Amino acid sequence: MAARQAPTLAASDGITRSAAPDAETAPGPLAIRGMTIAYGEKPAVFSVDMSITPGSMTAIIGPNGAGKSTLLKAALGIVPALSGTVTVFGRPIGEMGRRIAYVPQRASVDWDFPARVQDVVAMGLYRELGLLGWMRPRDRERVRDCLERVHMAAFAGRQIGQLSGGQQQRVFLARALAQDADLYLLDEPFAGVDAATEAAIIGVLTALRDAGRTIVCVHHDLSTVSAYFDHVFMINVSRIAEGPVATTFTAANLQATYGGRLLAAQIRDLGLGDVPRPDAPCPAPLRS
Amino acid sequence: MTALIDALLLRNGYNAALVAIGAAVLGASAGATGTFLVLRKRALVSDAVSHATLPGICLAFIAMTALGGDGRNLAGLMLGSAATAGLGLVLVEWITRRTRLAEDAAIGAVLSVFFGFGVVLLTVIQNLPTGKQAGLQGFLLGSTAGMLYSEALLIAFGGALAAAAILVLRRPMTMVAFDPGYAATAGVPVRTVDLAMMGLVMAITVIGLKIVGLVLIVALLIIPAVAARFWTERSGHVAAIAAAIGGLSGYVGVALSASAPKLPTGPMVVLTCFALFVISLLMAPARGILARALRHRRFQIAVHRRQGLLALAHGEPVIEPLTLRILRRAGLIRADGVVTEAGRAQAAKALIDARRYEIARRMHHEEAIAGRLVGLEPIETVLTPDEIRVIDQRLGVPRSV
Amino acid sequence: MSAEFVQLSLVPLLIGTLAAMACAVPGNFLVLRRQALMGDAISHVVLPGIVAAFLITGRVSTWPMMLGAAGAAVVAVVIIELIRRIGRVEPGAAMGVTFTAMFAGGVLLLEQSDTSAVHLDVEHALYGNLESLVWLAADGWASLGDRAALADLPPELLRMGMAAALVLALTALFWRPLKIATFDEGFARSQGIPVRLLGFGLVVVAAIAAVAAFDAVGSIIVIAMFICPPAAARLMTNSLERQLGWSMVFAALAAILGYVLAGYGPGWIGSPHAVSASGMIATISGLILALACLFGPARSRLSAPSEP
Repeated sequence: MAARQAPTLAASDGITRSAAPDAETAPGPLAIRGMTIAYGEKPAVFSVDMSITPGSMTAIIGPNGAGKSTLLKAALGIVPALSGTVTVFGRPIGEMGRRIAYVPQRASVDWDFPARVQDVVAMGLYRELGLLGWMRPRDRERVRDCLERVHMAAFAGRQIGQLSGGQQQRVFLARALAQDADLYLLDEPFAGVDAATEAAIIGVLTALRDAGRTIVCVHHDLSTVSAYFDHVFMINVSRIAEGPVATTFTAANLQATYGGRLLAAQIRDLGLGDVPRPDAPCPAPLRS
Repeated sequence: MTALIDALLLRNGYNAALVAIGAAVLGASAGATGTFLVLRKRALVSDAVSHATLPGICLAFIAMTALGGDGRNLAGLMLGSAATAGLGLVLVEWITRRTRLAEDAAIGAVLSVFFGFGVVLLTVIQNLPTGKQAGLQGFLLGSTAGMLYSEALLIAFGGALAAAAILVLRRPMTMVAFDPGYAATAGVPVRTVDLAMMGLVMAITVIGLKIVGLVLIVALLIIPAVAARFWTERSGHVAAIAAAIGGLSGYVGVALSASAPKLPTGPMVVLTCFALFVISLLMAPARGILARALRHRRFQIAVHRRQGLLALAHGEPVIEPLTLRILRRAGLIRADGVVTEAGRAQAAKALIDARRYEIARRMHHEEAIAGRLVGLEPIETVLTPDEIRVIDQRLGVPRSV
Repeated sequence: MSAEFVQLSLVPLLIGTLAAMACAVPGNFLVLRRQALMGDAISHVVLPGIVAAFLITGRVSTWPMMLGAAGAAVVAVVIIELIRRIGRVEPGAAMGVTFTAMFAGGVLLLEQSDTSAVHLDVEHALYGNLESLVWLAADGWASLGDRAALADLPPELLRMGMAAALVLALTALFWRPLKIATFDEGFARSQGIPVRLLGFGLVVVAAIAAVAAFDAVGSIIVIAMFICPPAAARLMTNSLERQLGWSMVFAALAAILGYVLAGYGPGWIGSPHAVSASGMIATISGLILALACLFGPARSRLSAPSEP
């Protein structure tokens, strides 16, 4: 890349650089540039930049249909992007798969599949075992250990269809733990789970973060953002805001992300103060 | 050629004309019914139904022969085929509801097992003294050659009856097919309508046995419906277009088959139908492949162009090859990668527009969520000058671009 | 009796059993992936493939026809995917469009070409002719050690055996990624498993089994063997490995019972005429499935037993 001069404009054009990440200094765990994903001609994600802070725990929030899960899947190459680049620890995603653990939405699979809990967790060892590698005793131990960490060891031999929603979610998390990754991408891990599961999951994730791993969660519950996460990424097809929870998770940004869907009262309940009135009312209805 | 024209103009005798008209009515009924079936995502249930007719045909033949009658009586055979087709349908439902197996497995199991049992019965019939002339093989792939007047009349009458039933039921069936949840709240008995739909599928299968054959009748239920979807987004129109495609296929297919030897009826009808499908898939302006590919390409170029311009404005390198190609072709960068004068101007404009859009999205939430303020078009085409001025005030941009 | 058995029944029994098992193995994944009807589609398009190969080569020879059939299956899969993706048509409908049109094309080609001199007709394609695969050179079990007699074995047996071995070997080799991709496609992709390629490979393997089996038992039995034994096996257990085992047992059981009933059953009720063996095999597999639906220990989502 460096050999060829890439077209740029001189910075002296009076156009200030936006807060672009200093990718040169330390390659972030996940950096997305100019990502657009469209089904047909309707963009699900439009021109999104994202730069995840190393060792952070980031919530991706936004209304339904705002492209949260789609962005995560496109970052992993699971859905094709119309444009945009993704780097993981400074390298293209294809080379770095080993360092990423992905937890899909629980509802995205058929839990009637004939498998036991430990079979699912063992799937996390796929990259190590390959096509034909046998499960060695220490692999089995690792599976058991991962189940232990999500308090599911007692269910190792249980058919997965018999688990409750929360238990299924913990099995998924255990599978991700088995991958022993540096970057964890989770799609709605708290959706429809019981309180005990939620506590167990947040405990595991916090421990991972404290061990220097990076966590990114698609998240839907605004009331727990401040308690669970240190960074937040707000999206509504386009990126609205990104940064530390303390400075970014503000009433103004929430209003910008959720629009009229989020009542002022809800925002007050979050303890973020009053909603700023849009200082300039709409002068005329939008042209269609 | 003249044979084909004669056939198309119904000049091949009364019987042939009746068969052609019957096939057209049957095709139209199948197209309309199939639309509801495909929309309910149950297209291949009809495959189970049609294959399940074989044991019924055989049993009816055996029974009628045993009772001393003519085993080939079409009405009797149709009655028998309807009986086992109905049983097959019940079994598909039962397996899906009572066990953990999905509907596709239930369909495949019923289809193959019933057909297999039918084949066993066929060999039994072949060994009967009267079995050699049974001619039941004709039901596999359809055969209109040497059809009796009474049989042609029966098919035409049956087709008309099915068409009448569709006309009566079209409203509730449309509602159930497009939105069963809403239909239920609107007081439509969804389960009854579903049953009626399946009854129609069975009727069409049974009527079509002699013309198209049981292996291929499913094509008349599925292909017109799928083809029609490419022409329109409107629910009511899909069924009408599917009926037209199905009717045309039936009519032309039978005529083609009659125009020369060695053109079996069922395959000719199906291939005519498939030809219409291919035309729809490629050419239809609403959802056809060509039209959609063009729209998608335009959209992709717009996205990459904007992305590239923003990168230029930010002084960041443009990496993606497609972006580079688009910028180069638009004369925004030179072949060696240096930004042109036009490129500078447009990059500056793109950057300002991007910031304006950001403000606009905050001001007009609902439009933003509806996807109207994504920011692909020049902002003047989306917002009024007044609105842009308000945005510019908040943005603090003194000059207007 | 034993000489007659070896001469007339041993080879069809073996071929039927191998064919049923070769189809049942990929069928397990097709059923779990809700692609059971892909087996239906594949087996229908075998006919146009064989006819096309006959028209190109001008004679009835095995390998070109098998290649033609396998090619047709691949073409069908590609067309189905294209219609599904580009046309945004639901999979069932896309399959229905494709296989009926290709089957119709095959029948038309067959009628148009002069195949009266060769043994190639639609009925044969639909339900095969297992009974004709006799081993005339044999005169008892001792023939199994007789080199000359072995040379006279119907070539279908070796072919079916090779196809079954290939299907089993490929399934064993790709067992782990197949299992992961079938359960959780998104996760599989994140693990670098080429999910789409794997899915395509599965269908190709199914096509190989179908083409090899089709030659002996016809297309309808192929569908029955793709679906019925795996579906019945799913109702017996909640472990994929055991499900595979059950499906192979059921497939073999259906093939053996079906063949025996077709050949000897009519005699027991006093009729001198045998009935179609492939039809009977399909019927028996259906009865096995019916029993599994009624009594299988894992038949419903609620009654899942816990296993050690």
